[in-house]
Amino acid sequence: MTSTITVEHLWKVFGPKPERVVGTELAALPRAELRARTGCLAAVKDVSFAVEAGEVFVVMGLSGSGKSTLVRCLTRLIEPTSGEIGIDGEPVREMNPRRLRELRRHRVAMVFQHFGLLPHRSVLDNVAYGLEIQGVGRAERHRRAGEMLALVGLDGHEQQYPEQLSGGMQQRVGLARALAIDPAVLLFDEPFSALDPLIRRDMQAEVRRLHAEVGKTLLFITHDLAEALTLGDRIAVLRDGELVQVGTPEDLVGDPADDYVADFVRDVPRSDVLTLKWIMRDPAPGETVEDQPLPAATVIRDAIPRVLGAKLPIPVVDGDRRVGVVDADQLLPALIGHHRQVPV
Amino acid sequence: MTATMTRPVLRAGAPRWGRVLPVLLVVAAVVGYLVFRTDAAADSEDAAAFRFFTQVRDWVDANRDTSPVFLYGVNYVRLGVRLLVDAVRSGLSGLGFAGLVAAVTALAAVLAGWRTALVALGGFLAFGFLGLWTESVDTLVLTVSAVLLAVLIGVPIGVLAARVGWVGAALRPVLDVMQIMPTFAYLAPMTLLFLIGEPAAVIATLIYAVPATIRITELGIREVPVTTVEAATALGSTGRQLLTKVRLPLARPTIVLAVNQTIMMALSMVVITALINAPGLGQNIVQALERVNVGAAFDAGLAIVVMAVVLDRITAGAARRRAGRWGRGRWAAAAAALVAVVVVALLPIGEDLPRVSFAAPVNDLTGWIELHWYDATEWLKNAVSAGLLDPLETVLTTTPWWLFVLVVAAFGALVGGWRTAGIAGLAAAGIAGLGLWQHAMQTLATVLVTIVLTMAIGVLLGIWSARHDWFAAGLRPVLDAAQTMPSFVYLLPAVALFGASRFTAVVAGFVYAFPPVVRLVDRGLRDVPATVVEAATAAGSTSWQLLWKVQLPMARGGLLLAANQGIVMVLAMVVLGGLVGAGALGYDVVAGFSQREDFGKGLAAGFAIVLLGILLDRLTQGFHHAKGPR
Repeated sequence: MTSTITVEHLWKVFGPKPERVVGTELAALPRAELRARTGCLAAVKDVSFAVEAGEVFVVMGLSGSGKSTLVRCLTRLIEPTSGEIGIDGEPVREMNPRRLRELRRHRVAMVFQHFGLLPHRSVLDNVAYGLEIQGVGRAERHRRAGEMLALVGLDGHEQQYPEQLSGGMQQRVGLARALAIDPAVLLFDEPFSALDPLIRRDMQAEVRRLHAEVGKTLLFITHDLAEALTLGDRIAVLRDGELVQVGTPEDLVGDPADDYVADFVRDVPRSDVLTLKWIMRDPAPGETVEDQPLPAATVIRDAIPRVLGAKLPIPVVDGDRRVGVVDADQLLPALIGHHRQVPV
Repeated sequence: MTATMTRPVLRAGAPRWGRVLPVLLVVAAVVGYLVFRTDAAADSEDAAAFRFFTQVRDWVDANRDTSPVFLYGVNYVRLGVRLLVDAVRSGLSGLGFAGLVAAVTALAAVLAGWRTALVALGGFLAFGFLGLWTESVDTLVLTVSAVLLAVLIGVPIGVLAARVGWVGAALRPVLDVMQIMPTFAYLAPMTLLFLIGEPAAVIATLIYAVPATIRITELGIREVPVTTVEAATALGSTGRQLLTKVRLPLARPTIVLAVNQTIMMALSMVVITALINAPGLGQNIVQALERVNVGAAFDAGLAIVVMAVVLDRITAGAARRRAGRWGRGRWAAAAAALVAVVVVALLPIGEDLPRVSFAAPVNDLTGWIELHWYDATEWLKNAVSAGLLDPLETVLTTTPWWLFVLVVAAFGALVGGWRTAGIAGLAAAGIAGLGLWQHAMQTLATVLVTIVLTMAIGVLLGIWSARHDWFAAGLRPVLDAAQTMPSFVYLLPAVALFGASRFTAVVAGFVYAFPPVVRLVDRGLRDVPATVVEAATAAGSTSWQLLWKVQLPMARGGLLLAANQGIVMVLAMVVLGGLVGAGALGYDVVAGFSQREDFGKGLAAGFAIVLLGILLDRLTQGFHHAKGPR
């Protein structure tokens, strides 16, 4: 079983003669120096990862970290400089223009930060655009577009024009447009960054709901850590075009790969993300413990009442195996401090 | 003026030399002039350039029916354009008076709403009342033919220029030169290739108007948001689908604006092509101007202005309307309008309306002005002529040509670098080589005086307009009207007030060029970000400090653009002033049309005008581009 998206040693260098930068010591130079010496900008440097079917994979990084370039390389909206990209095992970089168009038309859809809606078309015709260029008949594409608008909660707005809708509604149109072609993969390029915080939260909930309903593979780009933690099954952290860490939200918070990631996740409430396995300790020899154990995958916050109410340490189990114990001494630092904790 | 304007250019490289160089240049130029001053010998009537152009003309005349270039190229173009003009004419005339009026009204109603329809109805009826129906239709036929060609050629080229890098890059300098060429300069080469008459007029108009079509179309396509194109690409659009479903629809309002601008420019040029024997309202004006009969010219001028307003309102209205939002109602209205036009066209209504003419009252008014304001107008005319025109003309005409070339090149290097210096210097040398040095310098003197007056008054009005909304609101309709009027019309009030003289050209040039100057200055000042103005006000600036230290420096781009636009327009008008006694190059061009033996000189004068235009444009563009952030 191959992964839905595979990216191997992907490079994108902007500027004259970009190949000479790939994989050489030039790439290790700081940005300003690379630009001064070659006139090039290395936006994506040797990035590899794989996204499994049905997974929500988040790529997170600050502006200028290369995340938007990365996502555009996947369907070659930006032509990569070198490396391999596979969608369902098929190498994207070897596709001819026709095959590439087929990929974009049927298998991979994208949602953009600035929506990219067509101002001269009604909402319905915007959603139907992808089907229209495939040659789907008018009645059929309007039926399907109507369904998609209902799915994103925009029924009744079919005949309006994009400029008459709020930002959040426009992005729902963008989402419906992407869903209309029934792709296996949805790419989101900072889709909610231009929206108000409250609307952003609504839209995140919408994406979670849709993911549960339609079960697509999602690749989500964001600069917002909270968004990444909320949505992502796994998160990849990108800095200056390089992958710093790939892992679950728990991995990132509990075991940041370097100071950059640690700095990033410093303000995350640890008790909401980490599970007991990050704070449990080995039982002292001959220590008496509670009878009822807690599973190691319990989020710390959910264990608070039990642990604080217990007189003795509570055993932590992974399946049937006892892996450690936890008591208030372990719990409290996780609740009050954001210091890095080395797993026991 | 020059010293303060050049200073910032060199700020980056050589702060100290930047202040000294312009002064040194001026001193060197003055010394050079005093040492090498000549005695302004009149231009030879038999310069080598004239003889060469006459020989070219003779060769063309002799080979027009034998040379393959003409047989298989030029003559077919001429024939094709002739067929187009005939088709358009039979279409428009076929509708008859009532039919055409109804058709234009219906078109206005459908494209731009009922208010515009009323303007169109009134306007086209007015042609009948003025007794100028035939002439008006002739002018309309030429304009429509030229605009059709301009759109057919210009829109695809504009799209290409926006999409294909090298096409855009290759076209840009060509379009630059085409746009600064004064209308007059096109005519002589056209008659050489296409003889006089309608085809030559349409082609000259096409060449004059098509840069606007290309430029604005290109802009419209380029302005389509990248994100929209990217989104459509990500859905798998082909290149053709991107063009027809995304780029063209999104650029539609801009393309309609391109058509609007093309029509305005075409109308302006069609009127001038009366000089190469094209029929229409221009003929009436030319004949009236030749007899300095302001009243007779007024009727035709009024008809031209009315036509300009009607065509402008229709296309501007169409540009404002949203694309793709034609409900059933609009289609039904369009169908009803079509039926109404057919019915009206079949009705036996002729154009024999009661005649209304303003000739007599206008002539009375002109006479009254001559009688009562004579002292004032004469004083003004003589003051400007003796105080500004004559001294400047003397200095310029007595400057040896090589000194002029040197000064121009040095000045060009100062404001815009070596490229500017090279182009401007070559243009100046070219003028000398054409054998029309004295006339070119006379024209240049008139242009310079006019541009100084225009800038002085235009900048003041622009500042005033930017600072007082009520003034801007009052000025706007005047400026709008002024910008839709064909250049020819501006000669009329100037002639009415000042008769036929050099000063008349100054006045016409001023009236022609000051609206865009006011507008650009006003916009430049208003574009200064509100936050900056707010910050400066919060720091306790007086409103004069605000103007001098914040707004004017930040609006520098707008001011320099205004100077550049103004000087190009002034040149076009001053040359046109050759028709009303301004003499010099403009007169040479006109004489070249009417007198066979002067053809060579006329063509040379046309080229001299173009070179003068390039020279002036490069020097002012140099400022414009060399400046820092805008």
